[in-house]
Amino acid sequence: MANILAVDDSASMRQMVTFTLQGAGHKVTLADDGKQALEIAQRQSFDLVITDVNMPVMDGLTLTRELRKLPSFKFAPILVLTTEAGPEKKQEGRAAGATGWLIKPFNPDQLLATVKKVLG
Amino acid sequence: MSIDVTQFHGVFFEESFEGLDIMETGLLSMSQGEIDDDTVNGIFRAAHSIKGGAGTFGFSHISEFTHGLETLLDQIRNGEREATHEVIETLLSAVDTLREMLTAVQSSSDVDEEKVAQVSHALEKILDDTVAETGVNSEDTSVADSDESGTTETNTQQQSWLIHFKPLPHLLQTGNEPIRMFRELAELGELTVSVNDEELPPFTDLDPEICYFSWELTLTGEMDEAEINEVFEWVDGDCELTIERLQENEASDLPELLQEQQSHDKPEVVEAISQPMATDNDSIVVEAPSKTPIKSDAAPKKKTVSSDASTASIRVGTDKVDSLVNLVGELVITQSMLGQIGDNFDVSMLPQLIDGLEQLERNTRELQESIMRIRMLPISFVFNRFPRLVHDMTSKLGKQVELVLTGEQTELDKTVMEKIGDPLVHLVRNSLDHGLETPEKRLAANKSETGVLKLNAYHQGGNIVIEISDDGAGLNEEKILQKAIEKGLVEPNESLSPEKIHELIFLPGFSTADQVSDLSGRGVGMDVVRKNINSLGGAVEVKSESGVGSTFTIRLPLTLAIMDGQIIQVADQRYIIPLISIIESVEVDISKVKKVTGKGELYKIRDEYVPLIRLRNVFNLDGGIEDLEHGLLVIVDCEDYKIGLFVDELLAQQQVVIKSLETNFRKVKGLAGATILGDGTVALILDIAGVMAMHKEPALIKQTSLKSVV
Repeated sequence: MANILAVDDSASMRQMVTFTLQGAGHKVTLADDGKQALEIAQRQSFDLVITDVNMPVMDGLTLTRELRKLPSFKFAPILVLTTEAGPEKKQEGRAAGATGWLIKPFNPDQLLATVKKVLG
Repeated sequence: MSIDVTQFHGVFFEESFEGLDIMETGLLSMSQGEIDDDTVNGIFRAAHSIKGGAGTFGFSHISEFTHGLETLLDQIRNGEREATHEVIETLLSAVDTLREMLTAVQSSSDVDEEKVAQVSHALEKILDDTVAETGVNSEDTSVADSDESGTTETNTQQQSWLIHFKPLPHLLQTGNEPIRMFRELAELGELTVSVNDEELPPFTDLDPEICYFSWELTLTGEMDEAEINEVFEWVDGDCELTIERLQENEASDLPELLQEQQSHDKPEVVEAISQPMATDNDSIVVEAPSKTPIKSDAAPKKKTVSSDASTASIRVGTDKVDSLVNLVGELVITQSMLGQIGDNFDVSMLPQLIDGLEQLERNTRELQESIMRIRMLPISFVFNRFPRLVHDMTSKLGKQVELVLTGEQTELDKTVMEKIGDPLVHLVRNSLDHGLETPEKRLAANKSETGVLKLNAYHQGGNIVIEISDDGAGLNEEKILQKAIEKGLVEPNESLSPEKIHELIFLPGFSTADQVSDLSGRGVGMDVVRKNINSLGGAVEVKSESGVGSTFTIRLPLTLAIMDGQIIQVADQRYIIPLISIIESVEVDISKVKKVTGKGELYKIRDEYVPLIRLRNVFNLDGGIEDLEHGLLVIVDCEDYKIGLFVDELLAQQQVVIKSLETNFRKVKGLAGATILGDGTVALILDIAGVMAMHKEPALIKQTSLKSVV
């Protein structure tokens, strides 16, 4: 199945995302913030990146912009997880190069449905 | 598949409580005027995470409550609102409420609804001051919280839609793929797709990263426009999109329309997408870029997180774990070296064997130290609660106090840490309540209005030292003495040095506050503080200078699991005395022994008489040395007194691992625990205070038949 990089500063969210995706047979690599994720992404490619927006050190939008500069992430789907569903926030996500978004709070089923949507 | 989200609750609670601590610390530093972006962002982020997590894990009331908090913080973060005293106080009480709500959920108990409503109301009141911004914000989130697709009316009638979709050239670079959207549409109803490739350049000029196509799609089924829009939600703005509803006759004409289109276009793809494989082949250009990422074979590290919420956990820095791994590696090398020596051993290899054993000893010691370090946490875990305490107390007392924390990174065993919190809180309250003066009094005494309370921690030998010092009025010696005389603790005409007077505050039943204040007096005196600290194997002392301030110094062992012990022999038993409590060991000079009727024997050492306790009597042992001249007297510290323990012999000193008698057997008076010696035998560790109590009350001795323990 797919090889997914999940980025969130919240341990419980990381745990939920991991359990859910692993349960669906995906391979999950975790990072605590954008900087850590970027370091991992520089060594390895992924089929999908799921990132929180509001994180310390490097936020999810900066991460998305940085990932798009890497050849192996130029076309990769990048999903942002956000509670801020205002139109400007979505626009910011898109401008940063995100493929789409998932609005918090979401349940495991919604996460899987969205992942399915981007992975086809 | 459905996943039980309750398994993530443990981690959620843990991180939420951490988040609340971050918020509290941040708010307190803001209340002192230190408002910087990092602090505000940190607080906001913590609230944001709690809100998100609470929503995800099914605690909607917590999520709702946090929403107001988050909105307010967002405004402060964006500079739309000033962090006034009132705002910060409200935020602090919201943090408290949130903590209570989380605790209630965690322990499945009820929360004080009234208080929640009250704080919630206070937050709303502040937010209502600027209706314009909050209006927008709360509306956004309410949309976010509800299911978005549920907002529009669902049309269940069969209808057809004509969709024109022309991606902007860069669409593929957002990770969006038309084929995936088409598949999604195909799930809604019957879909036909026709591609327009007019803009496709000659192969030589083709840039594979650019999308040259546009599509005409027709979709027939029971769906409404909103559902179609949702499919294109992520590409809104990255494409030209028109969605038209086809009239029924148009829909029925559709096959012909398409036929027509097909005939005057080049013969191209018009296929029902119900066979997605076929479409895949036809859209190679589109699909290709997504295949470009090179699949890496390196397996990503899987982090498995335990979901067991009931067991306490500690976070350990990876450097500590690394050093353990490293040491275990060395241990393995030593073991294989010893194994080789053992395979064909003869006497000539003795030096190598000794070398090997020495190395093993070194490895073991290092490993032990490293493992102990894992249990060590920085004392900031305890210190962190004080800014809030000081903040709350000073505002109640009308005092101005600056709290200075130093040595917060000093590490201490987790168990000791858990037990030192309350005594420290007591000492801090005490300093704030009795030590530091009101601004008026301070000005009158030629001091600055703001008092300073310092908390400092550092390592000294195998101990951690914690100092609580203030620049207040110091201990009121006159008042203390007067009180002690009143309580009959001191003879009226006795003359005491200032140090002795200071020590009086640690006596049981001593409290100088004229009336028990709501702040420091909680029915707990300094005697309890001293007792608690002593029970951890530590000591507390006070230094005070009138008008300059007072300093309480606490000394604690770094760990409760291992200690340095002195092995002693009494009759056929070996006991261990904690090395930290031994002052000296002397040979008995019989001329200095004094017998006091009813009180046993006293021994004069320098200018003091100390009670002489024969351990063989205390523990009811047969045999052993009776003649004082043939044994040794170990002078030990027992709370405030010195006592002499009469033993047969002093054996080795060594580090001992303390095994609890309570968990493995039962609590035994006079014993603090047990340990296993090098030869495999069990030795009991003396509890000096308990031994003293047994000596004073011989009745206790009979209850403890030591034979049953060993």
